[in-house]
Amino acid sequence: MTEKFIIGIIVSNHFGVLNRVAGLYAKRGYNIDSLAVGETDDPKYSRMTIVSTGDEYMKNQVIEQLKKLHDVKMVVLLDKDSAVSVEHMLIKLELSKEDKTTISDLINDYGGNVMDFGADFITAEISGSSEKIERFIEAAKKIGILEVCRSGLISIAQGKG
Amino acid sequence: MKISGAAILVEELIRQGVRIIFGYPGGYVLNIYDELYKKADVIEHILPAHEQGGAHAADAYARSSGKTGVVLATGGPGATNLVTGIANAYLDSVPVVFITGNVPVPMLGQDAFQDIDIVGVTLPIVKHSYIVKDIAHLQQIINQAFQIAATGRKGPVHIDIPKDVQQGFYDYDPNLPICDIPSTPPKLNQLNAAIELISSSQRPYIYCGGGVASADIGGEIQSFSKQINAPIGMSMMGIGSVPASFELNLGMNGMHGRYASNAAMSEADLIIAAGARFSDRATGNAGKYSANTSVIHIDIDSAEIGKNIRADAELCGDLREIMPLLIEKLAYVPQQSRGSWINRIKTLKDEDSTRFTDKFIPKNIIHTVNKFHGENTVITTDVGQHQMWVAGYYMFNKPRTLISSGGLGAMGYGMGAAIGACIASGKKRTVLFTGDGSFGMNLTELATAVTYKLPITIILLNNNALGMVRQWQTLFFENRHSNSSLERITDFPALAAAFGATGFLANTILELKTALKNVPRQGPCVIECKIGIDEMALPMIPSGGDISDMIR
Repeated sequence: MTEKFIIGIIVSNHFGVLNRVAGLYAKRGYNIDSLAVGETDDPKYSRMTIVSTGDEYMKNQVIEQLKKLHDVKMVVLLDKDSAVSVEHMLIKLELSKEDKTTISDLINDYGGNVMDFGADFITAEISGSSEKIERFIEAAKKIGILEVCRSGLISIAQGKG
Repeated sequence: MKISGAAILVEELIRQGVRIIFGYPGGYVLNIYDELYKKADVIEHILPAHEQGGAHAADAYARSSGKTGVVLATGGPGATNLVTGIANAYLDSVPVVFITGNVPVPMLGQDAFQDIDIVGVTLPIVKHSYIVKDIAHLQQIINQAFQIAATGRKGPVHIDIPKDVQQGFYDYDPNLPICDIPSTPPKLNQLNAAIELISSSQRPYIYCGGGVASADIGGEIQSFSKQINAPIGMSMMGIGSVPASFELNLGMNGMHGRYASNAAMSEADLIIAAGARFSDRATGNAGKYSANTSVIHIDIDSAEIGKNIRADAELCGDLREIMPLLIEKLAYVPQQSRGSWINRIKTLKDEDSTRFTDKFIPKNIIHTVNKFHGENTVITTDVGQHQMWVAGYYMFNKPRTLISSGGLGAMGYGMGAAIGACIASGKKRTVLFTGDGSFGMNLTELATAVTYKLPITIILLNNNALGMVRQWQTLFFENRHSNSSLERITDFPALAAAFGATGFLANTILELKTALKNVPRQGPCVIECKIGIDEMALPMIPSGGDISDMIR
């Protein structure tokens, strides 16, 4: 049975590490649904959140193979349902006069922010679960989407530990 | 005192215990060669005919000596010529440090002369790799590379050193602590489950892989076999780790494995895999492989456990720690005599015994060479039918005496490998079994063996064909022998003479014996043995099959 799973990894923060991690998926023909990477509080290390889809076997292989990379310091499998996860999206929408209030309402309903606008477009920022972002995209389709840029999920384990 | 990056490299190699280096000079490693010139009394440098030969030599040097091999090459083509050698070391988990020069840091990626992103090229086939961009990190990187290559599951590590880093100056610390890669303690939570499985098994079978050879743990495996009354079978990489003469050793299993070894494996109710990774060549049909069998998997690499075959009990860690513990724990558990299983093993072994004659066919040729050389002689092979004949018919009684390309199956491995193994042995007699196809790939290394006066006996089984390809075409492509015939008319003894080596032609077992006796004490000697084009490497279980599909 295949399902989405989230892996958090701490890696050395230097060139080529992303290639090693991505290459590990690629050489086995595993697809990465999303990958987000950024420095941690210690600039020597970066944290990656990788979402992919696969069965139990693939999940275990990915984790075990990642652990073998010298640049990978820690690998955690994050529970999809309990982990604290968020995704960001920037979305540029077509703006016609009659839509103006509808769009503002929609952005407000989703707790989003207007980041940029002009006479015929508006760029909004939406954060939240991937499902929430997908719901927003569905709603916005009726208005007219010009461009979408999603960050990919970032996740951290629930609780203190 | 500040010394050059090139000098730091050479000093650190010496400090890491390197005394032999296989390398080929070029524009981006001139500074390193200048330092090697000054240290020629400490580090012996072997110059192959081609970087690939050097890479294979270092790999074989590491396999036969147990030390880490070192290769040096320039950037661009020098580096790309190493790729097959790196892949070979990767797939057989051999500790080799590959060092390449490159364009100066500011020119990396600018497509300057001989600028290749070799670290990018080799990314999927190294255990780890570095581009040294800052001379301040050079010594520690070299230090680290040697430890990474030789700890845990061993493998190739690549260091790319741009020319300006070699030319820069920095402090060298002769007392820099040797890098410590913390080894993960063995995972033994399923030890009791393993003991339970062994105790309740009626028909256990021990399957040894390259990890047993790499850990030098064959003696313990043999004791373990006697302790639990279980036969031993091995992947090609495991050959030699347990003596062929040991009564419960059934020899190689898998696609071209011995009948007895495969039959016992398929009849077993428990397979205990030690340092083996259940490759497709060993298991055949993975679905059927362990359908009626329990599996205990012991391996240092946790990613291997459950990768190809599910394990009912897993013991992850260094065999050198796990085997003694397992043996000790089992001593408190009364073992069954397993009399009927042992009788069955003896019957299988009797059925599988080979009768050698004077007919000039591969098995008798292998046997003749086997009888002529002592059991300490290192045997290297190329890849193909001859390799399977050697694996099946040569009796290896000492660890690290069969050096062969397993995972990669790289034709052309043999000549470089024979050079590396011969040097590792202190230039003792070394034998290479090769075929006309494989030999054709890297025979220029004959020149290297001549230069260094290496006593290498090359048994060339010449069937005028790419025999293994032809065999598959015969069996599975209705005799359509597409591009597998070698209609070459090379005069191999004359070719050997032209290189400054000796060459003989043998058409009978008697002529082969005479040739072996007349092999000169120094330098390589080619003995060409002409064999039939339709000789097959048998037995064979076709790809994806099982014992019932075996062609004998």
